[in-house]
Amino acid sequence: MRKLLLITCSFLLTASVFAADDRTIHVQPANLQGPRPLEKQTEAAVIRDYLEAWQSLSTALEQNRASLLDSDFVGTARDKLTDTIQEQSKLGIRTLYQDRAHDLQIVFYSPEGLSIQLVDHVEYDMQVLDHEKVLATQRVRARYVTVLTPSEVRWRVRVLQAEPE
Amino acid sequence: MKPRLMWLLAGLVGTTMQMAVAENGGMSFPKTVQAGDAFSIQSTGSGKAALYIVGPQQVLKRDVQLGETISIPTGTLYNAGHYLAILSGPSSTDQSGFDVVPANKPAALSFLAKPSRISVNMHSGITGAVYVFDAFQNLMTAPTPVSFQLSGTSGATQTHTATARNGVAWTEMDSATKEGAAKFVAQVGAIFSTRVIEQVPGDPCGLRMSARQSGERLELQTDPVRDCNGNAVPDGTIVTFTESYNGTQSTVDVPLKRGIARVEMPAHDGARISAATGVVLGNEIRWGKQ
Repeated sequence: MRKLLLITCSFLLTASVFAADDRTIHVQPANLQGPRPLEKQTEAAVIRDYLEAWQSLSTALEQNRASLLDSDFVGTARDKLTDTIQEQSKLGIRTLYQDRAHDLQIVFYSPEGLSIQLVDHVEYDMQVLDHEKVLATQRVRARYVTVLTPSEVRWRVRVLQAEPE
Repeated sequence: MKPRLMWLLAGLVGTTMQMAVAENGGMSFPKTVQAGDAFSIQSTGSGKAALYIVGPQQVLKRDVQLGETISIPTGTLYNAGHYLAILSGPSSTDQSGFDVVPANKPAALSFLAKPSRISVNMHSGITGAVYVFDAFQNLMTAPTPVSFQLSGTSGATQTHTATARNGVAWTEMDSATKEGAAKFVAQVGAIFSTRVIEQVPGDPCGLRMSARQSGERLELQTDPVRDCNGNAVPDGTIVTFTESYNGTQSTVDVPLKRGIARVEMPAHDGARISAATGVVLGNEIRWGKQ
């Protein structure tokens, strides 16, 4: 019985803390405000799509290609990132964002099911290049507040905003 | 010879000092800046440099003179987020991370209200969620009081107050007992957003019909059909009349017109006639003798 309990505990730990690529992802149990229950499948889809959005963001800002944002971002988040990419292109700047660790939690699921909010303590490396010359490299730890809304086949990031921890 | 050497040495020392200052060129940067506000950076050293302010939300580059105060005017840096400021001189680079926080005045609400149409007297049937933004479309994550109000043509106005956490607040309200449009308003300070919720009658609550002979036929007519709160059930709602006679059964579906359903059926002696709508069964009429 004790052995079974240990196996179950280790499985649960593995499920909540795992390394995807070279990222460490920790998902805290949802702490929802609001009356709508969050199904496991919805939670998994939101987290999967959110983490994929970080990869799109990283590639788009590195290659200065705004079209790479289309599948994962919508609304204000996409507009702001697109503006950044256009400005980077104009200035000859590229930025590399490599997310290293996520510690995230879903905090709001709107009653009608049309938006979901999560808070993520992200650790990422940031490198800025001006005409291929490395200007600066920094490891950043920030608290991101993110709002996702459902689209045809996936959740898309509508608000992506860092704030002081 | 000696004075020339001294001048050369002095010049060399001067150049070295200037370079040292440029190499040690740095900046004192605020840790947080409010979105859209003007701010300044005090740089040290001398010589020309480039200031970069870089984040996923916005990128800026300015040519600056080291040793001077660098002013960033109002409305230049307005997207909330984490930024890296880099001061790149001819031979040195200084960097500093900082945050742009949302402005402290709400300017826009994103209000999700559901449903747009609801039956009367539904407990917690109307929900609303509101996201609070500043003038630059930054989510205002600081706790902010939000007021929700539902008012219709009848019934008392419902008011709820909630505090937005991480920029979002929500509420749920009951639909009124009387049909009609209701205004659902979310308000933060002087900023508000309105949605209209159509409150429609519920299911029929009772059904009563009467019969009158007209030659060989029976004229059947319901009383005005109402829901349990006295609201007239909408026209078009189907009422089913069923006549059973001598082991046969005929059924007629009739839509309500002006709240009433009317139909003619054969007047058989001993026929049993009933009416139903939705899950409500009306009275039964037994016609004639037998």
